[in-house]
Amino acid sequence: MTETCSFTIDGQEVTAASGTSVLNAASASGIYIPHLCNHPDLKPTGSCRLCFVSIDGGKPRMACREPVKDGISVATSNAVIQRMRVQVMELLIADHYMDCLACAAAHDCELLKISAYLGMRPNQLTRLGKTERNLPVDGSNPFFQFDPNKCVLCGICVRTCDEIVGLRAIGYIHWGDKTVIGAAGNRPFAESICESCGECVERCPVGALAPKTPAIPAREVQSTCVYCGVGCGIHVGVRGDTVVSVSGDRDRETNSGSLCVKGRFGFRFINHPDRLTRPLVRKNGELKESNWDVALDLIAEKFRKSKGRFAALASAKCTNEENYLIQKFVRVAMRTNNIDHCARL
Amino acid sequence: MTGLVASLGSGAMTNSIADIDVARTIMVIGANTTSAHPVIGHRMRRAARNGATLIVINPKEIDLTHAASHFLQPRPGTDVALLMGMARYIIETGLADESFIAARTEGFAEFVASLQAYTPEFVVETTGLPWSRITEIARIYATNKPSSIFYAMGITQHSHGTDSVKAVANLALVTGSLGAPGTGVNPLRGQNNVQGACDMGCLPNVYPGSQRVDDPTIQKKFESAWNAQLPNQPGLTHTEIFDAICDGGIDTLYMVGENPLLTEANSGHVRAALERLDFFVVQDIFLSESATYADVVLPAASFAEKDGTFTNTERRVQRVRRAINPVGDSRPDWWIVSRIAERMDAPGFSYSSPEAIMREINQVTPSYGGITYERIENNGLQWPCPDTNYPGTPYLFPEKFSRPGGKACFSPLTYRPPAETADGQYPLILTTDRSLFHFHSSTMTRRVAGLSALDANEWLCLHPADAERYGIADGDWVEVSSRRGTVKVQARLTDVCQPGLCSMTFHFHESPTNLITNPALDPVAKIPETKVTAVSVRPLL
Ligand code: SF4
Ligand code: SF4
Repeated sequence: MTETCSFTIDGQEVTAASGTSVLNAASASGIYIPHLCNHPDLKPTGSCRLCFVSIDGGKPRMACREPVKDGISVATSNAVIQRMRVQVMELLIADHYMDCLACAAAHDCELLKISAYLGMRPNQLTRLGKTERNLPVDGSNPFFQFDPNKCVLCGICVRTCDEIVGLRAIGYIHWGDKTVIGAAGNRPFAESICESCGECVERCPVGALAPKTPAIPAREVQSTCVYCGVGCGIHVGVRGDTVVSVSGDRDRETNSGSLCVKGRFGFRFINHPDRLTRPLVRKNGELKESNWDVALDLIAEKFRKSKGRFAALASAKCTNEENYLIQKFVRVAMRTNNIDHCARL
Repeated sequence: MTGLVASLGSGAMTNSIADIDVARTIMVIGANTTSAHPVIGHRMRRAARNGATLIVINPKEIDLTHAASHFLQPRPGTDVALLMGMARYIIETGLADESFIAARTEGFAEFVASLQAYTPEFVVETTGLPWSRITEIARIYATNKPSSIFYAMGITQHSHGTDSVKAVANLALVTGSLGAPGTGVNPLRGQNNVQGACDMGCLPNVYPGSQRVDDPTIQKKFESAWNAQLPNQPGLTHTEIFDAICDGGIDTLYMVGENPLLTEANSGHVRAALERLDFFVVQDIFLSESATYADVVLPAASFAEKDGTFTNTERRVQRVRRAINPVGDSRPDWWIVSRIAERMDAPGFSYSSPEAIMREINQVTPSYGGITYERIENNGLQWPCPDTNYPGTPYLFPEKFSRPGGKACFSPLTYRPPAETADGQYPLILTTDRSLFHFHSSTMTRRVAGLSALDANEWLCLHPADAERYGIADGDWVEVSSRRGTVKVQARLTDVCQPGLCSMTFHFHESPTNLITNPALDPVAKIPETKVTAVSVRPLL
């Protein structure tokens, strides 16, 4: 059993497993503390210097590095902390690209959220008077792009590729204020060992790593990936009758939200114009569009006459319910056990 | 699968994906997890990063080897020799788990006798590996516990695949690495619902839940459940069906969601069979290469357009939900099958929904007895799950195995070389692999522009030394020929395979690899040996 600690954040009673950071405990209880570089899936680094809190009235400490303790009382802000955060923000956004309305991350950008939380004013946004960075965007990956001008160097992508994907395809390149994130050897993503899984894109708190065709779905449906035998839990994002996104289901034990390139980005076949949409029946040597009644009547008639010379192949792509019905059909209606499926492993 | 049933009593993954985090030794043999099971691959790399010892055994230097602390590259098709050699070393050095062997297994004496053939000299000679590397991993596997083994098609797609699987099971039994978290013998299932297709009885010898068709009591049970008379003879397997079509014994084929022209070994034979059929019905979401031979093609709904369940490689039954309406006039497969059955006046096919079908599955399939839609709303359940109070089974065999008597069985094994070996006419061995960016016959992935961009065409991975011998440069078009046919493909010079070995995937219809692969069947499991084909390679001018 993990032990739990009880304490307060801004006067609210909170309990969390011991070992949890104050920041993650706050997030889990729906209490916001500004932060950029923290992610609940990753080890904390404390590099963004935004998540300051005061514990038992003491000096500001970083909530991502403070483990919860029984009986402590945490304040998420005070005048000193507010000032420190504004200073950090001024530095962060001094040369940040500001085309926010056209940014793929606008709907859930952590930087916008912090700015709004701190009540940043226009003069604070430009006070340091740096010019916007103008570095080339890496669009080499077909599914996502990396815009270094929007990058806040939180390192979440680097740690994701290392700690979650176990690959280390990306890292910090150069030093000091020239630091950028990039694929090893500063090559384009597509020429690196990157596997295009999109785990880093999923976690980027701003719009630096973003899908090339972002589409916020109108609704999401919980389902299971159709590709390989891992069976990752997914949320299928839909607009109208079109699938526009797939994201990992964090609550599924199978994959805890992780996906690979096929599962995350390989959904465009669903609404592809090549999909078969009408039954086809061969006439004079050619497959011609027909309708269900004609096709099903023909099949029933032919199958009836083929008893004893019939076989069926079911599919590892169909559902259990469908495979159950296929074998039941073969055994009950065709009176044969000539039923198998594709992969015999 | 057949091999595991013989050894342990069940053919599925014994443990769970999450066990990768618990195992201290993870041995991956004949599986390219970062390509074929990527999220499991991530988890293995992560485990290695967090201190587990990752051992990769593969004739090809796959990506996972970069995360591994130990990588062994045996000659393809020599796994039985390697695994038996390891078992022998473990027993001789006193590292075997004697109490486990005594309490939970049978056939040990015969097994030990059969090990006499696997002398270090023989194992080294056969596998091409130094003895010290073999003993090193044997020692780690036997002592750095819990130890788990994962394998895939690299073990099974051989003319002696059943023996290889038994050899894996033997090794786990010798060290007692079964029946506990982080242990196990774990076959990784390729397609999303192969496990489910097996569980649901889409096999010629069993009903749902591995209940044998030739057992009269079982047959009676299903006759009364389905209100019909049932055949008691096991049917034909996949490969046998195509043989029977060529011999004229079968003239009507109903094929759902398959593309054997790309996925079957020696696909020239498949083509001949499809041409010969009197009546051929294909049900699929795209007009596949195979579907162009059909008399009727029925448009099926995709997974995003229907409700149901898939069973993943760790036996977890999970929900699939309808997110959009079926495109055009397509229909879910369950609807289509039911309508055909009704038109043939077959009883018992008027289901209102997939959930109603699952309720019937619960009744007739003991391992799925307690798996209801209500219970798998969010997380799925791992079978066996006999009733609705049962929490599911993360790992099999904690106390007894599923064989009669409850004991696992050692298998004495005689080494048999692959059916084809390199010779003067076909001097190279071709093995097949998979790409991260494509799936199976790639009917879905090649319709995703980005995936095609990341991996646009087939490549023959060829060692530079072999390339030099045949005058082939990187990117050259070459002809790869076997005893069965010829394919054209571009060569990529790489040392991921050792000299003498080359590899291709089978995702691209322009270079249909399975035209030339070897259909030599494993005598028991009837899986063809697509992993070892003798070929010749020559540049196209
Ligand atoms: S897409 Fe995946 S593999 Fe590529 S850099 Fe991001 S996390 Fe790493
Ligand atoms: S997301 Fe990738 S690893 Fe997960 S089930 Fe789909 S194909 Fe397999």
